[in-house]
Amino acid sequence: MGEGRSLARRLTRQDFLLLSAGAGAGFALAGCGGSSTDLEKAGSGGKSYNGPKVSLSFWNGFTGGDGPYMQQLVDDFNSQEENISVSMNTVEWETYYQKVPSAVQSGKGPDLGIMHIDQLPTNAARGVILALDDVASALKLKESDFVPVVWNAGVYNAKRYGIPLDIHPLGLYYNKSTMEKAGLDPDSPPQTKDDYMAALERMKSKGIQGHWMSPFLFTGGLTFQSLLYQFGGQLYNDDATKATFNSSAGVSALTWMVDVVENGYSPKDVAQDAELTAFQNGDNAFMWNGIWNINPLDDIKDLEWGAAPLPQIGSQKGAWAGSHNFVIMNKRGQDPNKVAASKVFINWVSQRSEEWAKAGQVPARNSVRDSKAFESLEWQPVFAEELPYVQFTPPEPGIADVYTGSLEPAINEAVLLKKEPEAALEEAAGKADQLLKENKQKYQAA
Amino acid sequence: MATQGVEQPPVQRPRGKTASGGRKPADASPLTAYLFMAPYLALFSIFILVPVVFGVWISFHSWDPLLPVKPWVGLQNYVDLISPGSTTFEPFWKSMEATGKFTLYSVPLLVIIPLLIALMLNREFRGRNFFRATFFAPYVLGVAVIGILWRFLLDPNVGLVNYYLGTLGLPDNIPWITALPWAWVSLVGVTVWWTLGFNTVIYLAGLQDIDPALYDAAKVDGANGWQRFVNVTLPGLRPVLLFVITVTILASANMFGQSYIITQGAPGAETKTAIWYIAEQGLRFFKMGPAAAMSYVLALALALVSLANFALFRYRGD
Repeated sequence: MGEGRSLARRLTRQDFLLLSAGAGAGFALAGCGGSSTDLEKAGSGGKSYNGPKVSLSFWNGFTGGDGPYMQQLVDDFNSQEENISVSMNTVEWETYYQKVPSAVQSGKGPDLGIMHIDQLPTNAARGVILALDDVASALKLKESDFVPVVWNAGVYNAKRYGIPLDIHPLGLYYNKSTMEKAGLDPDSPPQTKDDYMAALERMKSKGIQGHWMSPFLFTGGLTFQSLLYQFGGQLYNDDATKATFNSSAGVSALTWMVDVVENGYSPKDVAQDAELTAFQNGDNAFMWNGIWNINPLDDIKDLEWGAAPLPQIGSQKGAWAGSHNFVIMNKRGQDPNKVAASKVFINWVSQRSEEWAKAGQVPARNSVRDSKAFESLEWQPVFAEELPYVQFTPPEPGIADVYTGSLEPAINEAVLLKKEPEAALEEAAGKADQLLKENKQKYQAA
Repeated sequence: MATQGVEQPPVQRPRGKTASGGRKPADASPLTAYLFMAPYLALFSIFILVPVVFGVWISFHSWDPLLPVKPWVGLQNYVDLISPGSTTFEPFWKSMEATGKFTLYSVPLLVIIPLLIALMLNREFRGRNFFRATFFAPYVLGVAVIGILWRFLLDPNVGLVNYYLGTLGLPDNIPWITALPWAWVSLVGVTVWWTLGFNTVIYLAGLQDIDPALYDAAKVDGANGWQRFVNVTLPGLRPVLLFVITVTILASANMFGQSYIITQGAPGAETKTAIWYIAEQGLRFFKMGPAAAMSYVLALALALVSLANFALFRYRGD
């Protein structure tokens, strides 16, 4: 107790200074995090809760059509649990990873939340989230219950920080009307490189630019990563000390993207989301986009579309995917009962993730994915076919920042035909190596 | 009452005397002035002075507020900014260049066009208030609103602007937001459309402050419209012009939202501005040491520009 109190007092002064410093720039963060091991052990690991009545604050970034589905799950949970009431708060993902750390440090933020898989190591290293190993062991969760890559990507420094909720891969959307117009069979989307190129060529001869290539992260960056995996490459080496996206696999991937533009299968200068607008208008036929577009596209009357796994352009199958994970916050002055209750909530939702799948997601839990309820969904099982070959970045703090500072502008310039793919990747790899080194220094010092 | 005041404790005496008109206000306790300034001083210290000093302290560290260790790095963050090959050198100066270009292109337009509009709106004509409101209207919208609006309109392939250009028989494939120089044309154009209302209102207020007798006198002296503008209007607007130019330069140098939403920095990082890069490093990647150092370099650059601006006006004034 005494130690905790003196820590609190020291932090107050720092808080004040930082609050003053941050007021103008819009940030207000506190000093270092306290001891988290006691909190991590709170409760029975999520099997049940028999403490006093608590209310939990649950934050996520489900601002789109996915929000109501999660809210429904929260409501159902609240009506079943007497002593736990969860209230959900949505913050745009764009600012989520800036707001959550400061909110958690001030002790006023969420008790639990959702984070993307590549954000787990950063937030673990910065003391924002708690290790959840006891949840995994109490609930007897193990690798074989999940897709192995997603289960393993939640581990940082030999501790587990996230319980995977879903996986959202990139897939191939096809516009059936446009395919028919070009004389293609609208019920058999191309799945091999030869078929895909033949289809693009056929559409070109009919004056249709079949695949609009985005130069931005959404969806150009995701397309590049999928192709990189298909050509047998990786973004970084396993211990995240070197960029490897400039390998011959990377060059092949980016060159293919640029060729799609140069051969006239895509218009030049595709702006953000233009490929999606064109798809809805029937101006293109193929779109590599995330599973989260299922519901928005379904809502468009008279749009005849389908979805398939990505075609195999490289030497093997591969697809980019993201994953939402449950996390518990390392809130300052946190009540252990709330941590215990959070674990119960996570376990409850995790087992009912077939409801969540309807929001346009593939459940991470094998048992849910094998359920009848999931298999009866129209498109989600199609995306689930890609799970055996989706890949994630190495669990390394600050890994998402490296992409923004190096590869993102390189892909942009190459697809906009401002730079040769190989030169762009080479330059980006040099920058990425430096940023990876800086991150190692920064997080090792801590 | 005044005599009673004399017998009160010394601190209160001057106030009693002043109230009775016996002494000049200058003799009042010096504390009075500080007392009046105290509320502002307190806010100024908490929100400006302390953060400025604390920011310098941060810039000497590798500073992530959530990491327990914040190693002292001395001047390294500044040295990196002048060492080619460091992780911050190239992107920072590139972003400074983007900010500089945007300021250079947008400020003249934002100083001249609103002045012309203000001159027109200052005349007597029917529906004047309607036009005043119309020109000011875009300014009330947030940057997110105008950003998304124009991103849709300016989309090179599916946007309305290129569509209408096409129906008029003009080129319909202009890459408004993905290639140079079009990206700058778009960003500057959108910003002028969006913010000219503010400068227009300031000019209007300035124009209405000019004594109409001066115009009458000039007319009597035989000055034509242009001569009246140069010899009466412009000198009358001098303080307003100084204000408008200074504020517009600072506002343009702070540009962030427009390029963040409309061009997303494209092509490459050509339209990624300094404020954007600094905010990204400090608030998104939590590299607050380098971000703080960069803020001071940017602040210094802006201070120099403002000083030059003031000096120019003083020189012209003499």
